[in-house]
Amino acid sequence: MIHQFKNNGYNIVLDVNSGAVHVVDELMYDVIGCVADGTFEAKRSELETKYPAEEIKEALEEIEELKANGDLFTKDVYENYIFDFAKRPTVVKALCLHIAHDCNLACKYCFAEEGEYHGRRALMSFEVGKAALDFLIANSGERRNLEVDFFGGEPLLNFDVVKQLVAYGREQEKIHNKNFRFTLTTNGVLLDDDVMEFANREMANVVLSIDGRKEIHDLMRPFRKGAGSYDLIVPKFKKLADSRNQERYYVRGTFTRNNLDFAEDVKHLADLGFKQISVEPVVAKDTDDYALREEDLPGLFEQYDKLAADMVERAGTDEDFNFFHFMIDLEGGPCVAKRLSGCGSGTEYLAVTPWGDFYPCHQFVGNEDFLLGNVFDGIQKTDIVNEFKACNVYAKPTCKECFARFYCSGGCAANAYNFTGDIHGAYSVGCELQKKRIECAIMIKAALAEKEAKEQ
Amino acid sequence: MKHVVTLNTKKLQNTVQKGGCGECQTSCQSACKTSCTVGNQSCENKR
Repeated sequence: MIHQFKNNGYNIVLDVNSGAVHVVDELMYDVIGCVADGTFEAKRSELETKYPAEEIKEALEEIEELKANGDLFTKDVYENYIFDFAKRPTVVKALCLHIAHDCNLACKYCFAEEGEYHGRRALMSFEVGKAALDFLIANSGERRNLEVDFFGGEPLLNFDVVKQLVAYGREQEKIHNKNFRFTLTTNGVLLDDDVMEFANREMANVVLSIDGRKEIHDLMRPFRKGAGSYDLIVPKFKKLADSRNQERYYVRGTFTRNNLDFAEDVKHLADLGFKQISVEPVVAKDTDDYALREEDLPGLFEQYDKLAADMVERAGTDEDFNFFHFMIDLEGGPCVAKRLSGCGSGTEYLAVTPWGDFYPCHQFVGNEDFLLGNVFDGIQKTDIVNEFKACNVYAKPTCKECFARFYCSGGCAANAYNFTGDIHGAYSVGCELQKKRIECAIMIKAALAEKEAKEQ
Repeated sequence: MKHVVTLNTKKLQNTVQKGGCGECQTSCQSACKTSCTVGNQSCENKR
């Protein structure tokens, strides 16, 4: 299976099963397409009106060479492998600790319903957090790197417990030969010098929530009484990003139907000086007025194209930046097992509520059908865990034929569930945006490779 | 090759043998909390 596309003046052929990315000329683009769909002989004379016969012959020879090297028209040999892989005993390697089910903002699109997750306001106690870390260590097998995200609501509403848990984790990692990678997701309202100093010492990554331009941000991320939060948080986020040497953090935003021109928000964040940026589509019910619709897709694709072209322009200058959803590692990316088994929700990754309940991930918190157990008694609902474990791209009919399956790994189980009522479903708007992002990411690689070749 | 520039040399099929150690980051922990992106993760296994 191949996927062909044109973007920003580049002709690209992705060989899906090997992951090989080929930048080709017009002639090759046309010839490969005909060879792929078996119409080459039928279209040969048509091609010969466009290109010299000798060059077509050359192209065919190059195609044969690529095939022989395992770089083109490779077969999908992974289906049995991944089902065997899925049968392995899994360990837990990451927890999302809902340290506070409460928030000092009232963001309109919050899937946590202003921090409360359809439940009551609550803060996690040290005892519950400690039991969660103990559970993680005890269930992590040979894994050394363990990830713990302090999430909410707003985790800084319970900062003392965050500090105590980090201290406890640092003590335990030595005893058990583990390495905790802590991360913090915050809206910035309570960010001060103490928090920054702590975050820079202890947090492997910090996620800072900001949507972009002031009017966009303030519209969706107000305080409970209605005032915007942009002016308060921006100077603090800038300070924190600089104090981390512009590394190991992300400013992270959400775009909605209110800012279909979201590339402007990404640019705004870049122009503020942020170098690590993530802005992603809102996940909302189709009855929400800010939800993205099928009809918005062409405009959103244009925005991604514009953003990608802008990033190519900025590359190598002081204005360059990294956009999380255009990151793609063509050389050292994940193995097939990782790519096909997905994000790990419900198996390797669990969310923990303030009172210690386990859910497959933060997006499922509050939906009692997905309550898996708790930090004191462990996992009770192994049937649900097994369902998540077996939920890979080959178990999803839509993914089987999709070129993007090795990049999104079947997408987000929570999105699938919210839109189709089944974790094996597919959220079509999300899929289309994901595919566009992958194309843009590959185009950027092609452009940078060309730039590099010219400089040599 | 005259008509093709191939950008990467690592082949997915070659990761079957040594892959699956699981030391890599959980995708949702980094910067996406609502959309799964795995292709941009880095492999932790440098063997």
